Amino acid sequence: MSLTELPLLEQFMLVLSALVLFTSFVLLAQARLISTIHAFAWQGALVAAVTTVVAATGGSGHLYFSALLTLGLKALLIPWMLHRLARRLDLERHVDALDRPVPVIMAAVALVIFAYWLVLPMVAEEMIFTRNIVAISLSVVLVGLLMMVARAQAVVQVLGFMSIENGLFLAAVSATGGMPLVVELGVAFDVLVAMILFGVFFFQIRESIDSLDVDRLRRLTETAEDDA
Amino acid sequence: MTASHWILAAVQALLYLALAPLLAGWLRKVKAWLQNRRGAPVLQPYRDLFKLMHKEVRVAHTASPVFTSAPYIVFVATWLAAATLPLLAVDLPTAAIADIIVLAGLLGLARFFLALAGMDVGTPFGGMGASREMMISTLAEPAMLMAVFTLTMTAHSTNLASVIDFQLTSDFTLRPSYLFALAALVLVALAECGRIPVDNPTTHLELTMVHEGMILEYSGRHLALMEWAAQVKLLLFGVLLVNIFFPWGIAQSFAPAALATGLGAIVLKLGVLGIFLAVGETVLAKMRLFRAPAFLNLALLLGLLGLLSYVILEVGA
Amino acid sequence: MSAALLLVATAVGLALASAAVSLASGAWPSVLRRVGMPLFGLAGLAAFAGGLTALVQGEVVTATLPLGLPWLHWQIRLDALAGFFLVVIGVVSFAVGLYGPAYVRGMEKGRDPLAALGGFSGLFLAGMLLVVLAADAFVFMIAWEIMSLSSYFLVAFHHENSANRRAGFLYLLMAHVGGLFILLGYAVLAGFGGGFEFAVMRSVELSPAWASVVFGLAFIGFGMKAGLVPLHAWLPEAHPVAPSHISALMSAVMLKVAVYGFIRVVFDLVGEVHWQWGVVVLAVGSITALMGVLYALMQHDLKRLLAYHSVENIGIIFIGLGLSLLFLATGHSLLGVLALVAALYHTINHALFKGLLFLGAGAILHSANERDLGKMGGLLRRMPWTGFFFLVGCISIAALPPFNGFVSEWLTFQSALQAWQLESGVLRSLVPIAAAMLALTGALAAACFVKVYGVAFLGQPRSRQVRHARRVPFGMRVGQGLLAALCLLLGVLPTVIVGLLDAIPRQLLGEGLPHATAEGWLWLTPVAPDTASYSAPLVVLLIAVMAGLAWWVWHAGGRAGVQRCDTWDCGFTPPGPRMQYTAPAFAQPIRRVFGSVFAIEEAVERQEDGSQRYRLAVRDRAWNLFYVPVVRAVEASARQVARLQSGSLRVYLGWTLATLLVLLWIIS
Repeated sequence: MSLTELPLLEQFMLVLSALVLFTSFVLLAQARLISTIHAFAWQGALVAAVTTVVAATGGSGHLYFSALLTLGLKALLIPWMLHRLARRLDLERHVDALDRPVPVIMAAVALVIFAYWLVLPMVAEEMIFTRNIVAISLSVVLVGLLMMVARAQAVVQVLGFMSIENGLFLAAVSATGGMPLVVELGVAFDVLVAMILFGVFFFQIRESIDSLDVDRLRRLTETAEDDA
Repeated sequence: MTASHWILAAVQALLYLALAPLLAGWLRKVKAWLQNRRGAPVLQPYRDLFKLMHKEVRVAHTASPVFTSAPYIVFVATWLAAATLPLLAVDLPTAAIADIIVLAGLLGLARFFLALAGMDVGTPFGGMGASREMMISTLAEPAMLMAVFTLTMTAHSTNLASVIDFQLTSDFTLRPSYLFALAALVLVALAECGRIPVDNPTTHLELTMVHEGMILEYSGRHLALMEWAAQVKLLLFGVLLVNIFFPWGIAQSFAPAALATGLGAIVLKLGVLGIFLAVGETVLAKMRLFRAPAFLNLALLLGLLGLLSYVILEVGA
Repeated sequence: MSAALLLVATAVGLALASAAVSLASGAWPSVLRRVGMPLFGLAGLAAFAGGLTALVQGEVVTATLPLGLPWLHWQIRLDALAGFFLVVIGVVSFAVGLYGPAYVRGMEKGRDPLAALGGFSGLFLAGMLLVVLAADAFVFMIAWEIMSLSSYFLVAFHHENSANRRAGFLYLLMAHVGGLFILLGYAVLAGFGGGFEFAVMRSVELSPAWASVVFGLAFIGFGMKAGLVPLHAWLPEAHPVAPSHISALMSAVMLKVAVYGFIRVVFDLVGEVHWQWGVVVLAVGSITALMGVLYALMQHDLKRLLAYHSVENIGIIFIGLGLSLLFLATGHSLLGVLALVAALYHTINHALFKGLLFLGAGAILHSANERDLGKMGGLLRRMPWTGFFFLVGCISIAALPPFNGFVSEWLTFQSALQAWQLESGVLRSLVPIAAAMLALTGALAAACFVKVYGVAFLGQPRSRQVRHARRVPFGMRVGQGLLAALCLLLGVLPTVIVGLLDAIPRQLLGEGLPHATAEGWLWLTPVAPDTASYSAPLVVLLIAVMAGLAWWVWHAGGRAGVQRCDTWDCGFTPPGPRMQYTAPAFAQPIRRVFGSVFAIEEAVERQEDGSQRYRLAVRDRAWNLFYVPVVRAVEASARQVARLQSGSLRVYLGWTLATLLVLLWIIS
């Protein structure tokens, strides 16, 4: 089924998922912490939009509620919490640039191509349209993991973790038409609790090593190195 | 292809020359309004060009024939690149030459001679402008070609008339690849035409100049040709953006009504584009030179994402 | 004997005659100038004529020479592919023959052995001609060795300088290692085929594994000679060191003979190609092109810069060849033919404009005795014709219309853009990425040649020698002019050239490019008219018309002429030559953006007398990453093997006994 044969709403869904991929690249490479949080908020909003479109094209009605939940949680509440955290940790003007942006971006592009290649053998002719979005979701997950590897600042690592969750959610929504509402609510609560715990942890980390650079968390090595 | 078609093609080529200063004037006017001024009249660039044409030409002692011939070469190459781009009508006989890569090649030829002219006089300002311009164009070229490839993968042709035809004849489809290609081409156009945030076209400080640095030594009709060429280049990129991505309104036949609609459509579209460009120039600030690579890397990334979305999302099994 | 073969045989004969005459001329140095070089030029002309005839006729002519082993006489074959490469060799050799006499005249007063120069030049040309004509592995390897050895002596011509000796040694070493790989490749083919003739090798059917082995050996062997990264280290060392007309020959022609060998083995002899080969060649070609041009941008020695550009252009040729292999292996034979034609077009284009640029560099060296860009400037005033031809070369190599470099790049892009026809989505994303790298390479090349031309020919002279540069002799100007005219011709009439090139894929692969010339001589339409079309004559005509119009409107209106004045100096001191942008200064933004690719050492040091000194060293990373470990490994294993030499007689007898026992056991 080529693009021109799809109904307009489904084309719109493709555009939205492509924009989700773009936001994950922005998350990967953006140096300023506040802008990264905003990019994450946009990613959450776009995933909520995809959920709404899936609901509009004939999915279950509870998807509207799911979309609202995602919007409220991922696009509004969690970014607000992170924003507040950043302010309390004096990180508002923090800039954490990648020292070698070009190889990291090239690696991310390679991950996208790899994700596409992995998803190719999934047959089921009528599922091709959703298979393509699954490829995008897998790319978002992999790029999120790459982000956790490439960036050293703790708050950014949390964002990477959250964007992995966004990717998985996108895959679930597009491929299966949404999870049961109970599962959704459970997952949403888990994410919220994780956020609160992260907040607590950040203060602990900063108190013990006086910085939020996770590369400094090296006390548990075999060699008797002393991290002053 | 009758004689009238060829005459129409010639009229289109001349129309490019005629409209370019108008676009520049409109841009300046909108920027003035945004800055709460009245600004110069929209027709002022025409008067500036006329004035420069009649002024005496002064050439440095150390300048070579390259310096005196470069304005003509730059002007002609830019004009030829623009003249074949469909402005009013899609099926003109010159449309067969309107290949995107040939267009990029002709603009490259113009840039080559512009940079040589900057190096010719032997002052540091020209060398500085030339070296910076070559760095920016080096990074803009793969971004532009990547966006072009994305378009070509869908339209299966590098001929601009075919690409526009394809867009006109297919039903309205939302393509993610086109969206990314549009964003990439906008960024590339800003860099190539030397607009904010890459270069400030109204600066007077030599150390901040890129394009102005290369034409610093020119005067009289040479300067008029160089300025006009820069305006034609801006019009070229504007027409490229609006006619490829929003081609509705362009004349598909040669009936006078269709041509009139085409002219009205392009003037309207360019007017809107001018407003967007002026707003962008007012809101953004010129970047430090070595942040331009990050800007152009973003353009390349958008082009790459356009290609990837084409491969992943838009093609069937 | 067919006319083509007769002409080519004449060419070889003339080349050998040129060698013999020069070698015999010991005491009379002017013999090289008067007899040797003209014979060389005539050999080139004959080769050009013979090759063109073979290309136009499109037939395959074979012959057996009564030389060689008694049961294995030398086989010669002249087909369209060989004819094309003979054209390439011939045209550049003819231009060098025109240029050479004036160039070597300057060497007659010195102590350089001109007899050796002429002798080895003739042998070099004869070797190259024989490589292209060879139809069995023996002739090929013998001719290859003649080519390598004679060019070694030419590279080591100015051997008084120890750096030149080192460059020559590196060149000889890598030429022989490459030759070994090629020999092994032929050995595999001959082993399976049962004979050394190409006809036998062509008919053999190899399993995919063995075919890949042959491909790998041929790729490494010919790639080393052609200068693919990371096997390119000899190129920037050896090409600058040789006399300029020899550098032109080496860069423009010898590298193409390596490309010929690769095409002959992989496209012709092996038969069935695999898409993985295409991906490998495409990847290596892209990296070579990009690395070559980046390193070229950092050079300030003109000839070394041009040598690195040869690396870049070989990369572009291999991008075309890689695309061709990819399309052929996935069943798109028309696209494969298009990519092959693009690669071949770029081959002759590069031969023309690189030859032109090296001859120009030689002219600068001859007139101003200077190779360093930092000492040049304002040369356009002293040598206007050379400057004009060099400008043509610069525009051609920067791939700008309406010259020839643009046509081959356009064709390469068109074949890459047809990647949407591939079935594999991964390949459909990788090919445009390679094409984007090609675009980046082209843009960097344009930047580099703005730098070269701007610093060397424009502006003000930066040293006394350059300020008083001598005029360039007529012969040197004619040689360059010929190549410049051909650059324009190949740019303006691409359809005619593609029509000529069409015979090659028709013979090699069984099909040609019917659409390319279908719209007449005016239009080049590789795939279909509405997919892509380029009309070079129309572009040139329109440029001329518009330029004439502009000139008439604004220049001939009787307005006041141009007045000369001083340059703008901001109201401070007048700008002097030292205030101009230098070559490293011009390349500084690009050096900063691409910094991590090089190994850069940059420092401003304060000297004892209070002045400041700026030091910049840019080294080839491939040297440390690739060559030094290989050299260390070889030395380590050599040390291990040297343990065999224990010095004791009885141990040596023991080794003899052990070898004898093993051999007896094997025989039984």
